[in-house]
Amino acid sequence: MQGIQIDLISEERLARLTPMEKIRLILDDVKQGNIVVLEKGLAPEEASRLIEVTMMEISPDGFSGIEMETYPAKEAGAGLSGLISRISGRQPGSRLTVIGPANQLRMIRKDKDLISAWISSR
Amino acid sequence: MSFLVKTKKKLSRFLKVFFKKRRARIGIYGPPNAGKTTLANRIVRDWTGDAMGPVSEIPHETRRARRKENITITGLNGNSVDIDIVDTPGVTTKIDYREFMEYGLEKDEAVKRAREATEGVAEAMHWLREDIDGVIYMLDSTLDPFLQVNIMMVGIIESRKLPVIIVANKIDLPDASPGRIKSAFPQHPVVSISSLEGSNVEQLYEQMAELFG
Repeated sequence: MQGIQIDLISEERLARLTPMEKIRLILDDVKQGNIVVLEKGLAPEEASRLIEVTMMEISPDGFSGIEMETYPAKEAGAGLSGLISRISGRQPGSRLTVIGPANQLRMIRKDKDLISAWISSR
Repeated sequence: MSFLVKTKKKLSRFLKVFFKKRRARIGIYGPPNAGKTTLANRIVRDWTGDAMGPVSEIPHETRRARRKENITITGLNGNSVDIDIVDTPGVTTKIDYREFMEYGLEKDEAVKRAREATEGVAEAMHWLREDIDGVIYMLDSTLDPFLQVNIMMVGIIESRKLPVIIVANKIDLPDASPGRIKSAFPQHPVVSISSLEGSNVEQLYEQMAELFG
């Protein structure tokens, strides 16, 4: 049977990994042509390193990079918790994130609460 | 100007002199073909008379970060700031050499350009983490600002607590919609310019002197 493998990785599993382990997990999976869905997105520092490592692994007629999409971060809410977040400068948590090979995953539409993607087989 | 702002500026000047703070390094970041090098050329030409680097309609013309040192920018109200400008390669999460062949490049040349571009993007990210004190984030105002790479990059800049000015470039084009960029990044100052024609760059210089000074 032909198809596309989709790996949904839980927040708990991600929390056990170091930033570099997360990046390795994502890239190894995506380079095999799989789609990775993270229950909780990457921190900005991890995203920065993901871009850097992705660039180092691109090769002609091989891996051409990643397509990645996430919901916009939630605004700091009202009330005490929102106030504390704003005062402390804490970033709102990143949200569900879809990552796939750039030559197979196309984002069709993204709203604040909907990501619509199209996946092609290799 | 309030007493607090005046006091903060005086204290800041005193600390800079006292600690001999190095000039701020201001990185021009953004996706490919947003007009980063055109702006860098304009800034450098306006304030030093030199040039920074070549521009092209083919994406990833800039494949190495380039730094121009010791530029003093003075805003309309007399504020000034001494900076180094760092023009960086366009940031993306994907590069395919075949895209360059669509612009007429031969395969060998396209593959070479792609390899240099990937190295350039990695280098730009490294600069952002290690060596940049403030950011001008350039966007093409004819395009959707909600692209993931823009959201990610602004998130990375915010997490490093770097001062940032968002520039809505190419307002000379008929499809330009700088309002979309303002609504996408309401938490940051947005300046609409045409770096090609030079329109409204004085407002950008004013903002740079205010924010990076």
